[in-house]
Amino acid sequence: MTKAMTGAKMVVQALVDQGVDVVFGYPGGAVLPIYDEIFQQNHIQHVLVRHEQGAVHAAEGYARSTGKLGVALVTSGPGATNAVTGLTDALLDSIPILVLTGQVPTFMIGSDAFQEADTVGITRPCTKHNWLVKDTDDLARTIHEACHVATAGRPGPVLVDIPKDVQFATGTYTAKTGRRSHYNPQVKGDINAITDLVKALEKAKRPLFYTGGGVINSGDAATQLLRELVAATNFPITSTLMGLGCYPASGDNWLGMLGMHGLYEANMAMHDCDLMINIGARFDDRITGVVEKFSPNSKKAHIDIDPSSINKVIHVDIPIVGDIAHVLEDLLKVWKSRGRKTNAEGVSKWWDQINEWRSIDCLKFTQTGKVIKPQYALSRLEALTKKYDRYITTEVGQHQMWAAQYLGFEDPNRWMTSGGLGTMGYGTPASIGVQMAHRDSLVINVAGEASWLMNMQEMGTAMQYKLPVKQFILNNERLGMVRQWQELLHGERYSSSWSESLPDFVKLAEAFGAKGIICSDPADLDDAIMEMITYDGPVIFDCLVEKHENCFPMIPSGKAHNDMILGENADTANAIQGAGGALV
Amino acid sequence: MSALNIKKGATSHSAYNLKSGYVDTVERHTLAILVENEPGTLARVIGLFAGRGYNIESLTVAETDHHGHLSRITIVTSGTPQVIEQIKAQLGRIVPVHRVNDLTVEGPSVERELALFKVAGKGDARIEAVRLADIFRANVVDSTLESFVFEVVGTSEKIDAFAELMRPLGLTEVVRTGIAALSRGT
Repeated sequence: MTKAMTGAKMVVQALVDQGVDVVFGYPGGAVLPIYDEIFQQNHIQHVLVRHEQGAVHAAEGYARSTGKLGVALVTSGPGATNAVTGLTDALLDSIPILVLTGQVPTFMIGSDAFQEADTVGITRPCTKHNWLVKDTDDLARTIHEACHVATAGRPGPVLVDIPKDVQFATGTYTAKTGRRSHYNPQVKGDINAITDLVKALEKAKRPLFYTGGGVINSGDAATQLLRELVAATNFPITSTLMGLGCYPASGDNWLGMLGMHGLYEANMAMHDCDLMINIGARFDDRITGVVEKFSPNSKKAHIDIDPSSINKVIHVDIPIVGDIAHVLEDLLKVWKSRGRKTNAEGVSKWWDQINEWRSIDCLKFTQTGKVIKPQYALSRLEALTKKYDRYITTEVGQHQMWAAQYLGFEDPNRWMTSGGLGTMGYGTPASIGVQMAHRDSLVINVAGEASWLMNMQEMGTAMQYKLPVKQFILNNERLGMVRQWQELLHGERYSSSWSESLPDFVKLAEAFGAKGIICSDPADLDDAIMEMITYDGPVIFDCLVEKHENCFPMIPSGKAHNDMILGENADTANAIQGAGGALV
Repeated sequence: MSALNIKKGATSHSAYNLKSGYVDTVERHTLAILVENEPGTLARVIGLFAGRGYNIESLTVAETDHHGHLSRITIVTSGTPQVIEQIKAQLGRIVPVHRVNDLTVEGPSVERELALFKVAGKGDARIEAVRLADIFRANVVDSTLESFVFEVVGTSEKIDAFAELMRPLGLTEVVRTGIAALSRGT
């Protein structure tokens, strides 16, 4: 199909052809022609956010909860610079989003025009790829290519910068199947390497699956194959923060999340395993801790679609470049054809050891007195909501780690959190993006009061589009994680880590037209949570919790996985020593 | 402890297949990168080196296939074998990069550099400069009564050597193109 139309119309047409149904955005001078086209059609719904950062995080929430591309539309200059945090967030967490930015007309580029910024220059290091379109004839092809690049291979954010004269001018529309892209990452893994991994699987006495967000990005087939592989081999499985849900939390082989605030059994297993099978994770420093002490006696396999992830941090013995679903399919085929062998006796002893670690019950806590413990709040939230069709987003900090520890995820795409970049302010707009994609589901943003304030303006968006997002704020009047580190590392000098002059969250909710709930007594908590769930509309839940609770277990910086601080009655006096103090 | 026969450079990251290649010696590699000739591609490549802290010793770039819209970037970089592997993988990840070849490891290759030298002088020094230039098969591309501009083509070592000889004879300015390299054979 080739047709003459204006650039602005092409933008809408290309998005429709790509199957986009929602765009999160904020208008401005340099995108007015596109907004005019959006006004005159009914295929795409536009969601007006209250800040461009919100648009990008909402697109991320939409993308992560659906597995589809998320789209944001913002204006030039400040619109584009406000999108930078969201782009970087999506880059580090490999989330496929398309950001369309307006730009000053081509003849004014470089003249320091009003609301001009070098958008492709600024966003070059924080996108997978970006384009400045200078000719209307190239516009449709570029948008199609951008959608392809965002979703192919390791997903990521892309940006298309469109000058205003390009939007006004008429050109020829190129249909989706116009030109084949040269960008086609390898999806099939090397069969020899896969066979090597099968041989290692057959012999391993202390094997461990270490999974990450790549499994979720690969899609439902990857999740199904992973579950089949775990069930067939009876190997234990742990996951990074980003991979939660790829294996069900109720599954027998689940060890829980690993890493800095991971579960004792998961980290001990990681340290002592003899075969580590990394599937779609990237040996992030929150997982490895000090690399010299990371899982010292294991053979390591790594399945990843991005060759640059392999041997970047940790040298592996069996590297396999490919898409998780394709590789796992081949892996299962080879394993079955070789007789479905495992070292059952060794693995059984390994489970005895793991069950011993499990019996420590590292997440144990005691709720006493009249103050709600944050762990208790999340345990109750889990108990009261797990039967629902539920999606969880989070902000960043202690509450995020507690949510990862105390909430269980049975399926992928149910857990939206800022992992790599650690963006405070991610959760509220992300919850809006999720709710736009799943209108009838229960969407809860587990937040801390400090993070929540960073993008609270998006409550206006929730009200406008009748999105019943539940903002579950664990309010300790502290920047909890900062405070915890100051306690452990900086002699309990709590520099700027308390939240003073907090708003009255109930009144704030009412000011937006939402419902506000405050709860400070453990005895009232269940009723209050049920009130939040059953209310038909957005809720801000102000849950006043213990102010000085620390998030444990914790691997202190500079320590090995088998050197964790456990929960109750932890000795924290000399937790971090020497060079460990310089690490973040 | 030598009886254990632990390979030099073995890391504690893995107990198996300890590759002797993973050592801390810094190597110099010449990379040939074929890229889509579109705006910003060079910035992406250079930004990668700057952003991730890799070295660039020399860089040349020009369009080599006008019809196919392709340019060829030749970068000389240095790092440990692990860093070099990471550089190649990161380059391969850039969307408009079509191909990355490591000419240092992929069989024999030839490297050439072009340099222009301005040498000012009178009398014996001037005569000596021309004599040496002849030995180095340098061309005189400009001449005044008090100066020459020589053009030298060759390996970087040859150009270094020529520069050393010209310095006492009135060398005032040098410009070098950086290395262009091709693999040998078909």
